[in-house]
Amino acid sequence: MAAIEKRQEMSAFSDALAVLGAALGTILGLYLVAFSPDPVMKFHGALLGGTSVLGALYVLTQLTGHDTAAREFYHDGPIKFAAVAAVFWGIAGFLVGDIIAWQMAFPWLNFDLPWTSFGRLRPLHTSAVIFAFGGNALIATSFYVVQRTCKARLFGRWSPWFVVIGYNLFIVIAGTGYILGVTQSKEYAEPEWYADLWLTVVWVAYLVVFAGTLMKRKEPHIYVANWFYLAFILTIAMLHIDNNLAVPVSFAGTKSYILFSGVQDAMTQWWYGHNAVGFFLTAGFLGMMYYFIPKRAERPVYSYRLSIVHFWSLIFLYIWAGPHHLHYTALPDWAQTLGATFSIMLWMPSWGGMINGLMTLSGAWDKLRTDPVIRMMVVSVAFYGMSTFEGPLMSLKAVNSLSHYTDWTIGHVHSGALGWVGMISFGALYCLFPWLWKRRGLYSMRLVEWHFWLSTIGILLYITAMWVSGILQGLMWRAYDELGFLKYSFVETVDAMHIPYIIRAGGGLLFVIGALIMAYNLWRTVRSEESVDAENQPLVAAAPALRSTFAAAE
Amino acid sequence: MLSKHGIFERHTWLLSIGILIVVAIGGLVEIIPLFYIKSTIEKVEGMRPYTPLELTGRDIYIREGCYVCHSQMIRSLRDEVERYGHYSLAAESMYDHPFQWGSKRTGPDLARVGGKYSNSWHLAHMTNPRSVVPESIMPGYPWLAERKLDPEEMAEKLKTLAIVGVPYTDEMIANAAADLEAQSNPEADGVEAVATRYPKAVVGDFDGKPGEVTELDAMIAYLQMLGTLVDFTKFDAAGPNLR
Repeated sequence: MAAIEKRQEMSAFSDALAVLGAALGTILGLYLVAFSPDPVMKFHGALLGGTSVLGALYVLTQLTGHDTAAREFYHDGPIKFAAVAAVFWGIAGFLVGDIIAWQMAFPWLNFDLPWTSFGRLRPLHTSAVIFAFGGNALIATSFYVVQRTCKARLFGRWSPWFVVIGYNLFIVIAGTGYILGVTQSKEYAEPEWYADLWLTVVWVAYLVVFAGTLMKRKEPHIYVANWFYLAFILTIAMLHIDNNLAVPVSFAGTKSYILFSGVQDAMTQWWYGHNAVGFFLTAGFLGMMYYFIPKRAERPVYSYRLSIVHFWSLIFLYIWAGPHHLHYTALPDWAQTLGATFSIMLWMPSWGGMINGLMTLSGAWDKLRTDPVIRMMVVSVAFYGMSTFEGPLMSLKAVNSLSHYTDWTIGHVHSGALGWVGMISFGALYCLFPWLWKRRGLYSMRLVEWHFWLSTIGILLYITAMWVSGILQGLMWRAYDELGFLKYSFVETVDAMHIPYIIRAGGGLLFVIGALIMAYNLWRTVRSEESVDAENQPLVAAAPALRSTFAAAE
Repeated sequence: MLSKHGIFERHTWLLSIGILIVVAIGGLVEIIPLFYIKSTIEKVEGMRPYTPLELTGRDIYIREGCYVCHSQMIRSLRDEVERYGHYSLAAESMYDHPFQWGSKRTGPDLARVGGKYSNSWHLAHMTNPRSVVPESIMPGYPWLAERKLDPEEMAEKLKTLAIVGVPYTDEMIANAAADLEAQSNPEADGVEAVATRYPKAVVGDFDGKPGEVTELDAMIAYLQMLGTLVDFTKFDAAGPNLR
């Protein structure tokens, strides 16, 4: 009895804390609306205040819900929210990406308006895909995985909701800011100081929920996927805070100036920038890989030893690789050399992860033929292997002198982002939706096949077009004529990019169409109990609680 | 040895601390020395803080995301030096909060674009790039000429930059608003004062609209000063304080 009373007391305390937090958010939001001279800050204050009011009202309607016996063991509401958000932002981010790809082929598509010009939409695209799509996929899967592998309910009553809602509020503030011209211009860290502060609060809550769940686990060991998720959360906190140190011009204004300047700022930025790749887009998604591939393939992880060795070496080496973004620049040579050296070494732990992921399929390779969801995740790991081989290659100074500043970099990023991050997330979402909404399987496996082929062909068109345009432009920039003069003016090299840009935008369009098919498929999965091809779906596609029923029926 | 790993798998705190130590090392080794090793930033003559008008242009350059297509970093490679000029020095971005080195050249490098084209070329180019470069894929920025600047904002911006280490003097801060207007009006009284406070500052009616200080004035003033401060005829690349 005492335990139940204590729990009810704790949950009433959580309610009070949540309402208090929401009240603070409302007051701050109202203050900014009333007193900021900056219209964008007024707008963002309204967003904060509005979200806080809605949050407080929702908490107040749930005050009687302290009967913990009636609730489900796992806390899946915030996961559902983040999973749906990942699909929504994914489509938004891919679409903006494809629009700006067409802008590069046909510049009139910029419409000569501030809100539609390439320079403002490009950060919108990168943030939408990395932080909105990728971030929501990571939050959804990490909350799912940590509960299942710890046999524990998520830590906190309202804090998991705060994490998902707060994170998406950050996304909206950042994204609308870019369109309205609010940016600090540090790549992948464009949001201004106040959005950064808000993200810091949300991120600390994320760490508390995640680590708190680990601490109340019923399993003796922390599962390998959680090491990667934890490394991702901790390191992103460190990177985010250091790279965004800035002094605002005024408290109620959007503008700030970054604390560091010139060469130190460049080094800090690419220490951050490369590890946004290393920890957000790699470590986090490796956590996803370590849960969803073994689960879906119904095979144990290939090698426990390999996971230990490649985990620690990956997180140690990645941090050093940043200076390879600054070869032959005004960054001192010693730092450039360190960056290149560690980038080469990084090849090994990266492939350790690839091998561990692929070899988990040992004895289950036939599933590649029958289960397109598995195929998607395996192809994703193959793209991971490809781009983590290409990366060290491009970090060599000799190669980098050609590839840097060209589309080769863009192609490299997209083989990682579309191939690895995109495909592993699609695979995880295809697993998660029937599991979370308690369905027999996906609405249609055939549509997953379509998605798989459209995105694979789209990615291949994208990266081959970028290899052609990047290497071509790099070679044209350094071409000399027989008299020893530079052979091409800059704009001649721009003109030569036209056809590759059209092919790239076409490849991107296929990828967008694939994602739209996924959204339709997942929407139908949520909406109805029926699958059109249930007989083609493995038992593991069904929600865990339903599997024994279906197995008995079959 | 791997059997010992169990201790990290059983203790959330140990795993967290282990991760933090391992990921902190690389950044500490690569970033901290840059603040202390003297040869990191060359000692050169001529570097000065941006004038209020140039700074405003730089803020607009950042706002419009120009850095996503233009670098401001000429690498020490033969073809780049022949195409753009002397390779960029660390000293040349020492007052850049944040740096604008860029990562992609969809358009050309701008580190030394100052003085290469006339003000009227820039005016035409910013309004409609294809009017002067038919193959260009740059967006047009016609709205910059429509937006007037607010001189009253300048002092706060200079003060903030002084906090992060840019050597703006009290005099520069006090005259920020006046300097902003004087630099875009060759007829103004304060023109000489601007040139004294900020050597090599280019004064002109950049946007062809006398009497109005617009965002386009600021943008062109910024572009016209890029790379012009250090006199490379006097720069010795083998000098004692260089790598």
